[in-house]
Amino acid sequence: MSSTISLQESVLHTGHADEHHEHHHHETFISKYVFSQDHKMIARQFLITGIIWAIIGGLFSVIFRLQLGYPNQSFPWLEDFLGHWAKGGKLQPEFYYALVTMHGTILVFFVLTAGLSGTFANFLIPLQIGARDMASPMLNMLSYWFFFLASVIMMASLFVQTGPASGGWTVYPPLSALGEASSGSKIGMDLWLVSMAMFIVSSLLGGLNYITTILNMRTKGMTMTRLPLTIWALFFTAVLGVLSFPVLLSGAILLLFDRNLGTSFFLSDIVVAGKILPNEGGSAILFQHLFWFLGHPEVYIILLPAMGMSSEILSVNSRKPIFGYMAMVASLFAICVLAFLVWAHHMFVTGLNPFLGSIFVLLTLLIAVPSAIKVFNWLTTLWRGNIRFTPAMLFAIGFVSLFISGGLTGIFLGNSALDIHLHDTYFVIAHFHIVMGVASFFGMFAGVYHWFPKMFGRYLNNTMGYIHFWVTIIGSYLIFWPMHYEGLAGMPRRYYDFSNWESFKMFGGLNEFISLVAMIVFAVQLLFVINFFYSIWKGRRVTTENPWGANTLEWTTPIRPGHGNWKGEIPEVHRWAYDYGKDGKEFITQTTPVGADESKDH
Amino acid sequence: MEFGEMFNVAIQKQNKIHPHKFTLWVGIGSIIMMFAGLTSAYIVKRNQANWVTFDLPVAFWYSTAAILLSSLTVYLATKAFKERAMARYRQLMLATLLLGIVFIVLQIIGFSQLWKSGITLQANVSYSFLYVIVGLHGAHVVGGIIALVLMSLKAFSIKTRTYSFVPVDLISTYWHFVDLLWIYLLLFLLMIR
Repeated sequence: MSSTISLQESVLHTGHADEHHEHHHHETFISKYVFSQDHKMIARQFLITGIIWAIIGGLFSVIFRLQLGYPNQSFPWLEDFLGHWAKGGKLQPEFYYALVTMHGTILVFFVLTAGLSGTFANFLIPLQIGARDMASPMLNMLSYWFFFLASVIMMASLFVQTGPASGGWTVYPPLSALGEASSGSKIGMDLWLVSMAMFIVSSLLGGLNYITTILNMRTKGMTMTRLPLTIWALFFTAVLGVLSFPVLLSGAILLLFDRNLGTSFFLSDIVVAGKILPNEGGSAILFQHLFWFLGHPEVYIILLPAMGMSSEILSVNSRKPIFGYMAMVASLFAICVLAFLVWAHHMFVTGLNPFLGSIFVLLTLLIAVPSAIKVFNWLTTLWRGNIRFTPAMLFAIGFVSLFISGGLTGIFLGNSALDIHLHDTYFVIAHFHIVMGVASFFGMFAGVYHWFPKMFGRYLNNTMGYIHFWVTIIGSYLIFWPMHYEGLAGMPRRYYDFSNWESFKMFGGLNEFISLVAMIVFAVQLLFVINFFYSIWKGRRVTTENPWGANTLEWTTPIRPGHGNWKGEIPEVHRWAYDYGKDGKEFITQTTPVGADESKDH
Repeated sequence: MEFGEMFNVAIQKQNKIHPHKFTLWVGIGSIIMMFAGLTSAYIVKRNQANWVTFDLPVAFWYSTAAILLSSLTVYLATKAFKERAMARYRQLMLATLLLGIVFIVLQIIGFSQLWKSGITLQANVSYSFLYVIVGLHGAHVVGGIIALVLMSLKAFSIKTRTYSFVPVDLISTYWHFVDLLWIYLLLFLLMIR
């Protein structure tokens, strides 16, 4: 049945081809670059907005690392820059909390959710499944503009008198529910919640579109089992988002009621500054359940796109088929299901029933199984391959390295007994930064280096790319590896100054070292940003349609595809995406029909 | 975008589910998750101290009748549209719209009855839950009413005539959904209190 659909589609298309070209000449600046409904332009909008947020979020970490690395020094220039938040060149404690909160919020949601899946789901889904655009280009455009609105509100919250939200990126009540509790719990917190509500709407609109497009708009011959792994990963990402973000929205709505309308969903028996509050009967733990029911799937929303893109890039640049395609899909599915069943491992020490805790330990440790399958398959894909060490490939390999390193410490933390000691220490910080933060950034960089030629018709500069990769991977390990030791020694997260504690004084030098490396790594990310914007206009031009010798459909489009992606008919697909090194041929594109004397095996 | 439209035309002819309808179904799944979050929070809270049981106002029962009836009218409207009985379609769409507004009005009356009897938003967490859950459902009905107003305006417009079944199908699916969601919430609030 699906074949007849595509046939009709292509017949329809050839009939209207001329009209289509006519239409393009009338595009104005506004309709092409601002309120664009072209999925490729929307992807670029998400990417550039994400880059701006990444610079801000990264800069925040550099500023609070100054405090942690040099707690006894003052930096007069900080006062010029931050005003009363850094009186006398010393970061105020309230603003330190605001910085760590916004660093988390910005990087988790605005960069690694919107910037990562917003960019690559929009860009790759129609191109790799063979569709002219998303199922609903209009909703897709709205998705970006809701994200833009969320960005504007969050940005505004940085500039209000009492400062942005400062109760941690998890915004636990009662701290976040009571304006009297801290300066960051005043208007900054309301702006945070409203911005996140807009953000959730944006994610949902995007996710609905991604799922519908993947399931309904594939070209002729593109069966689900012929999809590149990028698409499978983006599909499961969207499913996770659509099912978990609404629950966070419920939590945010209840929190807004508690803050502004006097309800007590999360509040009970509270005394602030000697004043007894009337709120009674609420439960702060309830918020944690609602938050982490999103919060845990959220880490996979961040990670899965990176996994998918790395799988694709590893296979293309090893010149070998991906090892265990079906196992890769099945493990993505297993991760997607388990993601919903492990949220309470963030709450082991909240007084959770220990028996219930043991079930969550089991389910959490089960995630090691699909994760190990994926790692095994990535390594066996690399094994004896003809590896081309392009910057994209290096970042994809770096992703695998970081995923292994960070994943192993997850086995420690998933154990509720060990968690009594490790929770809220730098061990947790080290774990999630490596496995979710830096690893996903590596997946994102791999994707940017690999698909930049398709996005902008030019290449990124390779030399800058290699410097970017090596400094970032070495720097990331130098920053986060030592934090494991600090955490094992009990050094708590979120503290403003460790020099007052006899037990943590010995880490003074180490903290200084970490801060120094963090600044170097941040500077190298700026090099990447320079490379990115320089190459958009001045980079080496792409001269062939398929510069990487890849099999997937996006490389059958013109070098700079217009709205609609393919000039003539949408190509038909005859095989899976990973026929590399088959029958003595280096690569066989998905559009090549299966030959008569071709060997059967992939 | 015209590509998408052509695509859609082709798909419709094959009797396959229209992408927009599919999107609506996924969106409905997402709304269900939101209410699942709220109602499970309600269950957790109910098992803790300080829970107060209360009776639902009578107006909620009348509103249930209104929304059930509106599901019937919207079903008949889609049937009329398929038979190209446009006059009957327009009447039934208007009836659905009116019943939707009646539902909202009755809900507001119900809440004011509650408020007068001391069951206010802030008085107790159990009441707060009632207001938020039922209120959010009401917001989804208002969304449907806005869509119905737009559809009715289109139906009465002389300038443009549309015979695409997709929008009619979308609004009726959504309307049945908010109806079912209300029945679920009503049963939930009656059985777990």
